[in-house]
Amino acid sequence: MAVANDLSAVARKGVATERRRSSFVRLVFVIMAKDLRAELRTKEAVNASLAFAVVILVLFNFAFDLDDPSTRMIVGGLLWLVFAFAGTLVLNRSFARELPNDCLDALVAAPVSGATLFLGKALASYLLVLAVELVSLPVFGILYNVWFPFAQMVVVLALGTWGLTVIGTVFSALTVNIRLREVMLPMLTYPMLVPALMGAMVLTAQLAAGTSIWGESITWLKVLVGFDVLYTAAAIALVETILVG
Amino acid sequence: MRDKILYGMGVVAILLLARDIYMIANFPPEAAQGAIFKIIFFHVPAAWTAMVAAGSALVCSILFLVKKDFKYDAIAVASTEVGLAFLAVNLVTGSIWGHVIWGIWWTWDVRLTSALVCWLLYAGYLMLRHAIEEPTQRATFAAVFSIFAFLDVPIVYFSIRLFRTQHPGPVFLSSNGSFPPDWGMVLLWNWVALLMLGIVITLVRLGHEETQREIDYVRRMAHAL
Repeated sequence: MAVANDLSAVARKGVATERRRSSFVRLVFVIMAKDLRAELRTKEAVNASLAFAVVILVLFNFAFDLDDPSTRMIVGGLLWLVFAFAGTLVLNRSFARELPNDCLDALVAAPVSGATLFLGKALASYLLVLAVELVSLPVFGILYNVWFPFAQMVVVLALGTWGLTVIGTVFSALTVNIRLREVMLPMLTYPMLVPALMGAMVLTAQLAAGTSIWGESITWLKVLVGFDVLYTAAAIALVETILVG
Repeated sequence: MRDKILYGMGVVAILLLARDIYMIANFPPEAAQGAIFKIIFFHVPAAWTAMVAAGSALVCSILFLVKKDFKYDAIAVASTEVGLAFLAVNLVTGSIWGHVIWGIWWTWDVRLTSALVCWLLYAGYLMLRHAIEEPTQRATFAAVFSIFAFLDVPIVYFSIRLFRTQHPGPVFLSSNGSFPPDWGMVLLWNWVALLMLGIVITLVRLGHEETQREIDYVRRMAHAL
């Protein structure tokens, strides 16, 4: 009897921790789903971002002659500039979307931690930015006749975009209430993103040139991973302070 | 009392600077580079002073987030502004040197690029402050940004180093340095002078920040009445 009691106590405890853990993950997904649903109903940020990406891609054609083999080296840089510009449009909306009807105050008052809120929002923006990138990548490939090995490109995209999204989401929260928000966000994020963008640009240029990213340039992958991990940790640690004060 | 210490320190810093400039002017020109070499006596100490300022901005930002005392926020903004000015001195003197020795004003070398990115980051800090009206929010957001910016500097430096380098290596305070010891001493003294000057300017700026806070307080009181 005593053993059975002990066992059920252990089982209850296990269920409780399991529930707590699952509730964190579940809440992150709830926030993410909410953001994705809100965005996909209006599609304002994604459409603007995609259109913007295509326009810049066309403009690059006048700036550089990409048929010249020596300018092939810069395709990585060009592509990531497009992603950074277009991504900012999506990230700008991440917290700004909550301003009408004081939704941001309601979200902060909701019984979820700042970290949960941040991760949910960051994941939603991540998926949106990745979607924009995955659509503009073939457009870029077709227009400029550049091809990337898909699997390795996905790795670079995943790591580079996460860095972009983490910094962008935190700064979206920092700039949500201020004048000139649309100008401020890129002003603050781009200098901070220098290491991540540089890594992603170098790796993408190498992929375009037919070199594997697992070879000598593995250090750049490490830079990207280090950047992502460091800033995700810093963001999770500080986001509560940003949202609540 | 604080004013007296402030002015005293300012006078000492200026006297020290005058002495250093006199000594540096009397040094013989360097064998390979000529007189332009002497710019290093300001170029390097300005960078060190900027680093000290960035460090104190980081410490004060963290202290503000922990203690919520606006004193730390005021020190953080004052030292960031002064650090930015010294970093600008560093960039400009380096550019002048580069124009004479390299024949170009600017090159995308690791140190130059990371110093510039650093400058942009801290300029962003000041722009963010200007854009936020509410004092508590301004101080909190600025502190968070300052921490993020400080974290970025070593990664920027490391990654650009992977990319390319052209800047001359350190020539003093290292075992294979080619810098004469008495020149090194003058350089260190000049750093002391610039650092003192930096502290004086920071304290003056801090006074402005405190006055601003008082004005805000009085204005809010008047509004409430």
